[in-house]
Amino acid sequence: MPRERLVIIGAGMAAGRVLDHLTEAAPERFELTLFNAEPRGSYNRIMLSPVLAGEKTYDDIVTHDADWYAHRSITTRFGEHVTHIDRKTKTVHGARGPVLYDTLIVATGSEPFIIPLPGHDLKGVIAYRDLEDTMTMAHLPEGASAVVIGGGLLGLEAAAGMAARGIDVSVVHLMDHLMERQLDAEAAALLQTSLEAKGIKIHCSAQSESVLGTDGHVTGLRLKDGTELSCDLLVMAVGIRPSVSIGQTAGLKTDRAILVDDQMRTSDPNIFAVGECVEHKGTTFGLVAPLFDQAKVVAQTLIGQEAAFVQKSLSTKLKVTGCDLFSAGDFADAETRENIIYRDLSAGIYKRLVIENGRLIGAVMYGDTSDGAWFFYLIQSATDITGLRDTLIFGPAYNEDGGPPKGPLSAVAASPPEARCNGLTQLRRAA
Amino acid sequence: MMDGSPHDINRATRRSTCAYCGVGCGVLLTPDGNGGVLVKGDPDHPANFGKLCSKGSALGETVGFGHRLRTPLVHGRETEWDDALQLVADRFKQTAEEHGPDAVAFYVSGQLLTEDYYVANKLIKGFIGTANIDTNSRLCMASTVAGHKRAFGTDTVPGTYEDLDEADLVVLVGSNLAWCHPILHQRVLAAKAKRGTKIIVVDPRRTASCDGADLHLPLTIGSDVALFNHLLAEIVVRGAVDQDFLRNTNGFDAAVESAQSNDLSATGLDPEDVSTFCDMWIGTQKVVTVFSQGVNQSTSGADKVNSILNCHLATGRIGTPGCGPMSGTGQPNAMGGREVGGLANMLACHLDLENTDHRAAVKSFWNAPQMPDAAGLKAVEMFRAVGDERIKALWIIHTNPAVSMPEADAVRDAIAGCDSVVVSDITSATDTARLAHVLLPAAAWAEKDGTVTNSDRIISRQRPVLAPYGQSRPDWDILAEVGRRMGWEAEFDFQSPAEIFREHAALSGIAGKFGRDFDISALADLSETGYNTLDPTRWPVTSKRRGGRFFADGQFFHYDGKAKLLPVEHRAPAAKTGRRYPFRLNTGRVRDQWHTMTRTGLSARLSSHLAEPYLDMHPQDAAHLSIEAADLVEVKSPHGICILRARMTNDVTPGQVFAPMHWTGETAPSARIDALVTGAVDPVSGQPESKASVVSVQKLRAAWYGFAISTQVPEPNCDYWALARTEAGYRMELAGRSEPADWDATARAMFQLPQAQVTSFTDPARNLHRLAFHREGRLLAAIFIAPEPVAVMRDYLATRPGEEVGSVLIGRTPADVPDPGPVLCSCFGVGINTIARAVEDQGLLSVDDIGSALRAGTNCGSCKPELARLLKSLTLPQAAQ
Repeated sequence: MPRERLVIIGAGMAAGRVLDHLTEAAPERFELTLFNAEPRGSYNRIMLSPVLAGEKTYDDIVTHDADWYAHRSITTRFGEHVTHIDRKTKTVHGARGPVLYDTLIVATGSEPFIIPLPGHDLKGVIAYRDLEDTMTMAHLPEGASAVVIGGGLLGLEAAAGMAARGIDVSVVHLMDHLMERQLDAEAAALLQTSLEAKGIKIHCSAQSESVLGTDGHVTGLRLKDGTELSCDLLVMAVGIRPSVSIGQTAGLKTDRAILVDDQMRTSDPNIFAVGECVEHKGTTFGLVAPLFDQAKVVAQTLIGQEAAFVQKSLSTKLKVTGCDLFSAGDFADAETRENIIYRDLSAGIYKRLVIENGRLIGAVMYGDTSDGAWFFYLIQSATDITGLRDTLIFGPAYNEDGGPPKGPLSAVAASPPEARCNGLTQLRRAA
Repeated sequence: MMDGSPHDINRATRRSTCAYCGVGCGVLLTPDGNGGVLVKGDPDHPANFGKLCSKGSALGETVGFGHRLRTPLVHGRETEWDDALQLVADRFKQTAEEHGPDAVAFYVSGQLLTEDYYVANKLIKGFIGTANIDTNSRLCMASTVAGHKRAFGTDTVPGTYEDLDEADLVVLVGSNLAWCHPILHQRVLAAKAKRGTKIIVVDPRRTASCDGADLHLPLTIGSDVALFNHLLAEIVVRGAVDQDFLRNTNGFDAAVESAQSNDLSATGLDPEDVSTFCDMWIGTQKVVTVFSQGVNQSTSGADKVNSILNCHLATGRIGTPGCGPMSGTGQPNAMGGREVGGLANMLACHLDLENTDHRAAVKSFWNAPQMPDAAGLKAVEMFRAVGDERIKALWIIHTNPAVSMPEADAVRDAIAGCDSVVVSDITSATDTARLAHVLLPAAAWAEKDGTVTNSDRIISRQRPVLAPYGQSRPDWDILAEVGRRMGWEAEFDFQSPAEIFREHAALSGIAGKFGRDFDISALADLSETGYNTLDPTRWPVTSKRRGGRFFADGQFFHYDGKAKLLPVEHRAPAAKTGRRYPFRLNTGRVRDQWHTMTRTGLSARLSSHLAEPYLDMHPQDAAHLSIEAADLVEVKSPHGICILRARMTNDVTPGQVFAPMHWTGETAPSARIDALVTGAVDPVSGQPESKASVVSVQKLRAAWYGFAISTQVPEPNCDYWALARTEAGYRMELAGRSEPADWDATARAMFQLPQAQVTSFTDPARNLHRLAFHREGRLLAAIFIAPEPVAVMRDYLATRPGEEVGSVLIGRTPADVPDPGPVLCSCFGVGINTIARAVEDQGLLSVDDIGSALRAGTNCGSCKPELARLLKSLTLPQAAQ
């Protein structure tokens, strides 16, 4: 019996995880072909920042090397762009030739968004997406200067990584505080203080106007308020756009991204999609945890198991040494929501828990994130925390067994110990 | 003074006496070289034979200087002694001249030594010329004095402490001996162990004294006369009257007639229990009836005393070993004060002010220019006279009437409105000292030299081991100099306490010639050396007689030489409960505090036992009022209002509530319990009815409750706060009716830490706020706020100030450290949880087992009744299975 032909477009982290599941659960079942525009297989993209900071090397973060694919008889077509998909003939057309599929997985990921500022196409204007970008930053000579547009997770990791290499870095952020999707203003202020302590200059509420350049190479960035920041490299880290053109051209239903159902199936029953290129129930994805969930659902579906993708609360950690930060769930203010806040500003510690209907729905922590996993568990499991509330913020060590032992309610015991129920009024008659 | 030990006289150990109750325990004092004193029980003192209670054991922790007054203050400004004393002398002289001597008054204290007391009494009665001197013993002993005088002709304690060792039955009436006179209680328990002495407690409240007792009669408050009248009637019915002894008495028939018309039901007691009480009392020849404040502090206090004395007189059980009535006095020198005439209706040496011959003899002895011929104003009347400006110059010495007098708010206001207020004290930090125009620094306990008399007539030396702090001076010296500055140079030319003692002893010889009991004339020629080395000596001390018991010989001190039985009738307390004030308020002491805490409150150990004021109420009453454990309650009387912590306990009967009396404006301004207490007094003794006020109780509508710890004295500003000393600084309970807008600012103001770094935890929707203030990683203060009574491990947190901040805000011990719980044994600082764990883990079965395992209860033993009670509460459920 011929094996089922499965073609995957894209070798990002989601695709890598799909292959992990499939080759483990059903190693003989599929004839596998993997396209990747980058000339390499899967690596752990979220670890690029430690590579940039010089804390890890590229080899450390490769998850699937050539041997891995060869061992599992996977045909790899790396460095080859897919030109189009012919759904009628179930054919994927690559630059170097077509391949037939029974089942197709689109995992084309996303592209970084480049703000179309005047001068954005100058040399030395890059995004922060892949190994090449990382290396460009890493190879700046010491003492050079860089501007990062975007004070989100990725922008700050880029900034910190370059600062660690002795680059003079400025961050330009449109919103009034850093990482506004993950942090509230107070945690962001602590973060800003720690980043500034690393020599990074932060400009919040700052709108970029144009990229300045000489001889086709970037020399600086002008802000709307007239400030000019000179630089040798300009990094735009202002978000991603799902890569949907291949799917769209093939006639798959898309909105902001390729629409999928709970099994990650597109509008064509033979075509699935995973990762940053999909839209599920109105949501697109940028963090790794839901991508891995999607990958597992696809793999299970393909081998005939029942599975459904469920969106969960997400947690974030910033991978900048010395900036211990954790954010999970939803922490926007609302009338139905209540906050528990712990502050030790002299030690740079801030924690905020958001409670709604007796359940933890959000957590932001800065400076001490050691209890992050426990809070994240409480958020995801929607545990009723009413009984733990008064000591919740102190973490699991104090909240085992359904709540901590508490102390007395006053300085005098509420009821002094009773020797006898009604005293000695009932005579113990003298013998 | 550069060697850091400015206060040593030398390092030698000296014998002295304890500063607290009237048991009068001997102590051995050894200066530690750093201004402190090591305190041990004196094994040779006949009151205690080396034992000390928790308070006495901690005396060394109370001699520090932090709270001491250094120099005289006039209107708050430091002043030379010369100017301050001249001002005092001029004021008193001028006031007496312009408004008459009765516009001057002294209010003194059972804390004074006999010599101090003697000079005060001589100055005001013989020279200023008014009998307006009264003492806080009026609040404590006056009914006993009156009862003794009516029955015996003099204020004579017939027996000795040895009677407690030799009795077969000890009846404690209105006495929580276990907490208020612990060393005597231990003597009783020792007798029980040795000879099987039975113990009966007559008290409306179940107290620690009930542990180890054979019978507890929880009689209705104020009904003691009905009980003892019934006993007297039964004595007659059962033919237990000692007809021979009766020949030494008058009034038997009238007394019996009154007793026979008695209504026992006023006691509210089970008749069977009363019958058993009568069986035991009448059936036991060697019976000692110990009575204390529950008897005295009553509008029928003198009658209660006489109802007890009647029974001992009718049976002739008086003055023989193991027999007799015995009054337990509250202060170290209440007895000495009685001897020198510190009460408004007495002269020195038990002579009577209103007796012309006595008056003339004393006037002549003193070479006094004038002597009042009528009794002066007793304490309650005295402060009313201050309030309506009949008294215009007042000298308050070593007592705190702005807190301790009944209707204390009115008394406080009266003092505040008085033209001239002089206060002698060792500290400026008392409610009363804060009202002084002239504040005089007096020498403190460990610095003073003189004598005191205890409850069984033993005169003991109090000896100095530290030099007077700052410019402070002994009270006799201050008083005598004012006398000299008022113009009586020769009469107040005292050079030493021994000289005063000799004068007092000589005067007692005159009293002896009048047939009075107090005669120590054999000591009138005591040398300075003899005085310095005087061993504890029981009076009388005459050429014919030394110490011993009185009255076994049938010789009494009325003019006919006979005793008198008084016809007495039960009278209910003056204040009546009703719809507006449905509860009867009883007051009293706690184990480890004494009076207004000016001394005991300095000791962290003593402050840890019960660290805030409370109201004991029966669970049924609490349930009716929707009051839950640890709620704060507002307690209102016609005279004032208090806020106290509610405790539910079967120790009190429904309708009765109990509150301790110790807290003041310095420690818990909303818990000055005497603000609630009625000023109604006994018509004979003038003693106020401190244990039978009427109050209403309702839950305090608190918006927030708090607990705080601090290295420094906090300055709270809220509806309820109670401050207690800890080893690390202070701990405090707090509450308020309305929530401050900004807890950070409020706490910083309270702790006086405008700049400190803060760690905070806040849950605004729940009104939970916790803030820890620190500097360089060390905790300075922390506060824990909640909308209900705060559940935190207080006794652990109290140890944290000064330590690393850590996770103090969680309010409990680290996961691997157990919570010791509130201290039960204050000598060794052993907490109730520690004891409970040891009992369960190690299977401890007795109080002695607990002592072996944890040392708890093995030093002073004051906590043994509570240990026994805790043990029972832990082991009973298992026994029932």
